[in-house]
Amino acid sequence: MVGKEDSPSLDTILQVKELKAGFDIDGKVYHAVDNVSFDVKKKQILGVVGESGCGKSVMSMSIMQLLPKETGKVTGGEIVFEGKNIENYSINQMNTIRGNDISMIFQEPMTALNPVFTIGFQLQEILFNHQKISKKDAREKSIHLLRQVGISRPENIVDEYPHQLSGGMRQRVMIAIAIACQPKLLIADEPTTALDVTVQAQILDLLREIQSINNMAIILITHDLGVVAEMCDDVIVMYAGKIVERTNVDALFHNPKHPYTQLLLQSIPKLDEEEKELGSIDGLVPSLKDMPEVGCRFADRCPKRMPECTEITPLLGFVENGHEAACLLYENSYQTNGRNTYVK
Amino acid sequence: MSNNTAEKREVLLEVEDLKTYFPIKAGFFQRTVGHVKAVDGVSFQIHNGETFGLVGESGCGKSTTGRTLLKLMNPTDGKIIFDGQDISSLKGKTLRAIRKDFQMVFQDPYASLNPMQMVGDIVSEPLVNFRGKSVKELKEEVMDLLNKVGLPSDAYYKYAHEFSGGQRQRIGIARALALRPKLIIADEPVSALDVSVQSQVLNLLKELQNEFQLTFLFIAHDLSVVKHMSDRIAVMYLGGIVEVTDKNSIFAEPLHPYTQALISAIPEPDPRKKKQRIILEGDVPSPANPPTGCPFHPRCSHAMKECMEVKPTLKEVKAGHNVACHLYN
Repeated sequence: MVGKEDSPSLDTILQVKELKAGFDIDGKVYHAVDNVSFDVKKKQILGVVGESGCGKSVMSMSIMQLLPKETGKVTGGEIVFEGKNIENYSINQMNTIRGNDISMIFQEPMTALNPVFTIGFQLQEILFNHQKISKKDAREKSIHLLRQVGISRPENIVDEYPHQLSGGMRQRVMIAIAIACQPKLLIADEPTTALDVTVQAQILDLLREIQSINNMAIILITHDLGVVAEMCDDVIVMYAGKIVERTNVDALFHNPKHPYTQLLLQSIPKLDEEEKELGSIDGLVPSLKDMPEVGCRFADRCPKRMPECTEITPLLGFVENGHEAACLLYENSYQTNGRNTYVK
Repeated sequence: MSNNTAEKREVLLEVEDLKTYFPIKAGFFQRTVGHVKAVDGVSFQIHNGETFGLVGESGCGKSTTGRTLLKLMNPTDGKIIFDGQDISSLKGKTLRAIRKDFQMVFQDPYASLNPMQMVGDIVSEPLVNFRGKSVKELKEEVMDLLNKVGLPSDAYYKYAHEFSGGQRQRIGIARALALRPKLIIADEPVSALDVSVQSQVLNLLKELQNEFQLTFLFIAHDLSVVKHMSDRIAVMYLGGIVEVTDKNSIFAEPLHPYTQALISAIPEPDPRKKKQRIILEGDVPSPANPPTGCPFHPRCSHAMKECMEVKPTLKEVKAGHNVACHLYN
């Protein structure tokens, strides 16, 4: 899966290599994403979990080159999509990819849709941009897409405006726009956070269905561990701009290795267990300005802290086969290249 | 805080057939053309020292219920009996006098604290209002309060923007706690916070409840959080309570079809558990134009003819388990 980054398997659709991205504030770049590497394979649902400010959204925005122009900066690393490095593509080159090969669903369906255009117009816009299609066919296709995402009476909805729809329906429209050109990769940034649980269940169900029909890969960014458990194959846990753990979903919930992941799992109230007190993590995520230069970024909140934690920066290394963690409790995190294969 | 003892406890708050309607105005003369029935006939009791959870999806009227109980809004109809006194029609001085016994913790810690005030002033304000002391005299007491909610004493001199979301929520809790109220209404106190911070605040609320014998009305949309906090839980749908029981029964044997769907929709943080989902069709109807009969019938898979015509009332089906559904008549 990982560890063979120089020879990606044919299945790999997206490779992010040592990505560094951040914001330029008064001439100094503060890195919200620091040395993040991972692969996405075809048909894989990769979960990215982390609390607010861990860099998960900045990471997805840098893949799509959607960081704000004035302040946002990708300062290093490569983003390889289907064998081509798209990190330094021009706007025109990116436009042929965005919405066509890679699409994105945003958290807030109210602000992501344009309030002054009809649903049909916004759907057809993406079809006209990427395909040679007549007006009549585009309209028919957009009705078909709306039906595919489970919107009843799509013939009418196509002429309606976003404010006439409920939150769940707007998110369905967002998904219809995102899948209009049958992308190979869909980045879903907190797609259900703004929705109620029963609507969330509908939308997750829909995403799974569409994923199996269209055979696309999904990067699902969320803070909700329940959503991760239900949707994902593999998971990346991020903390303060770095990946702290990467593994498959079963191992994440039943055999977490990084102390942060362990604490995070203990801090969610569970429905079938009676807990007197929830686990919690003392302190706060360090702000971008106070991020320690060396050492583990979780060190000052970690109950298993050792003296070397503030002196050596842990690297993502194998703990078990297919399970990586960046923590000095595990010897592979001391390695200089950090990505050596696990040998037992 | 077991349920057996809760039954013996005296009732602190009793709500009878509470209704809060908002008028819809239209036209040049702004005539009232209809009503949004945000809360439409809600009845429940909260016992001394218990935590009563109120869950439901957005727009079901749970926040309006909380606000009406505090008399931040006037009820259209119904009774609110707090500590043996009907407060639903109280006004002016008499209302103000009783207000110190119930306080609120708000959802958004960014909007509920005055950015121009020092934290010390924010927390001492209720004390100044009701005890008639000056801010200076209260300083020690306020610092003590801040320590109780897990903030350092020097937080007194800081402003709200200097704190993180979780810390701000602690300030809000300190303010609510200042007058040692009997009842605290917490309206989504943790929904704006990250999980690790959320658990800190939940733990704090539980500790404070033990220390000060507080009674909580805990309003939230997250069922696992409500279950963790509450002794009894009421599920709301479109302005009415559809089911009330103790927290274990509501998860072990939910009776109302809406409760069943709601519980099945929660994603469990365990990939090995694959549960049978009940996916509801459609959206919550508008409270301005609720369906006839049972408000849930258009989305209910068990809907019968009766459901379209007669609105079910809350009935005791088992000991301590009330459901509003025609299936259990």
